[in-house]
Amino acid sequence: MSFTQQKYFYGDIPEDHTGKDNTSTTFETKNEWPLWEVFVRSKQGLDHKHVGSLHAADAAMAMENARDVYTRRQEGVSLWVVESKYIHASSPDDADSFYEPANDKIYRYPVFYQLPDEVNHM
Amino acid sequence: MLEQDLEKIFQNKIDNEIKIEPKDWMPDAYRKTNIRQISQHAHSEVVGMLPEGNWISRAPSLKRKAILIAKVQDEGGHGLYLYSSAETLGIGRDEMINDLHIGKAKYSSIFNYPSLSWADMGAIGWLVDGAAILNQVMLCRTSYGPYARAMVRICKEESFHQRQGFESLLVLSRGTDEQKAMCQDAINRWWWPSLMMFGPKDSESTNSDQSMKWKIKRKTNDELRQQFIDMIAEQIKVLGMTLPDDKLKWNEKTNHYDFGEINWDEFWNVVKGNGPCNKQRLVAKNKAHDEGEWVRAAAKVYAAKKLNRQKEKAA
Repeated sequence: MSFTQQKYFYGDIPEDHTGKDNTSTTFETKNEWPLWEVFVRSKQGLDHKHVGSLHAADAAMAMENARDVYTRRQEGVSLWVVESKYIHASSPDDADSFYEPANDKIYRYPVFYQLPDEVNHM
Repeated sequence: MLEQDLEKIFQNKIDNEIKIEPKDWMPDAYRKTNIRQISQHAHSEVVGMLPEGNWISRAPSLKRKAILIAKVQDEGGHGLYLYSSAETLGIGRDEMINDLHIGKAKYSSIFNYPSLSWADMGAIGWLVDGAAILNQVMLCRTSYGPYARAMVRICKEESFHQRQGFESLLVLSRGTDEQKAMCQDAINRWWWPSLMMFGPKDSESTNSDQSMKWKIKRKTNDELRQQFIDMIAEQIKVLGMTLPDDKLKWNEKTNHYDFGEINWDEFWNVVKGNGPCNKQRLVAKNKAHDEGEWVRAAAKVYAAKKLNRQKEKAA
């Protein structure tokens, strides 16, 4: 018996040489439920934090799915769900120019100010 | 910017342990490898529910039944964490699931073995989840951010899976002769397939180590397998059972256990689709999906109807 040997890591079985690209966009996705982003507040006093996403037909279902997927072990006391399409994100390509205004303002940091020892714990 | 410059920046980030995030530039092959690996991982979690689901209705006590249901629910949840991180790479959920259903996408071969007795639930938790955890702990440091974060979440939950498995075998190992025999039989059947989970020997791989260079993977198959054997060879003593390998022996020179040869013909056979349950698993998965179609369709129509009503009210 002979098989083609390929690099094969645990958790990653290589594709056979089918010549097909996994990332093709031709696949019909219009029947998918919309994608929602999930945010969990782990306890009172903390911010909601992004934990991942899920599919659901509407907000009520997204909320219940989020509970079942992301808080099975009391990880949260409050949940936010928002449809992914409503999230606007900055682009990493523009990061340099976008955040540039903050680069040369070291006077915004407390360590910029040298004070006498007597008050230096301020 | 030139592609080779982008690639240099990308590799620099990886070398400096900076995670790659969804909107960052990445080589196509990196994206493709991650999509393949993460979706296979997700499929493994989901198909992994089948051999265990098989025993939910026949669990020997209410306690064991509740534990098993919780574990199977976790596997479903882990699949969902992983699907959602694969989706950040630009592949749709339906496409991934379709690839699984038509047999194009793979999942871990271990789930193509049958779960024949109750003791298999213990052996799967201890050995199969135990092997998976070693891989998953390593993947908590994988270079793609969403994958690493999903793995951290999974690892937190997975430890219960292995512990409940061992505890369940421990009870059998201290039970009647029949229960002891059942325990040993399950270990005998799951031991070798568990070792195969780590994939072929490093020496069989001739391609370049791209996954290591990109830090998708951080340990080789043989490293992980040896780590697993060293761990299990000690734990089995507590059970008072044996592993079905007469070559298994502590080696003082290497500070590891030596072990016998794995049946690689069997391994490739199961990968190629000829394992004991390959067909059965795909049929079950397709059936569940098809029978759920009306629920998905109804939920969609209901959501649209509600939305329309709201709009009419507002108008």
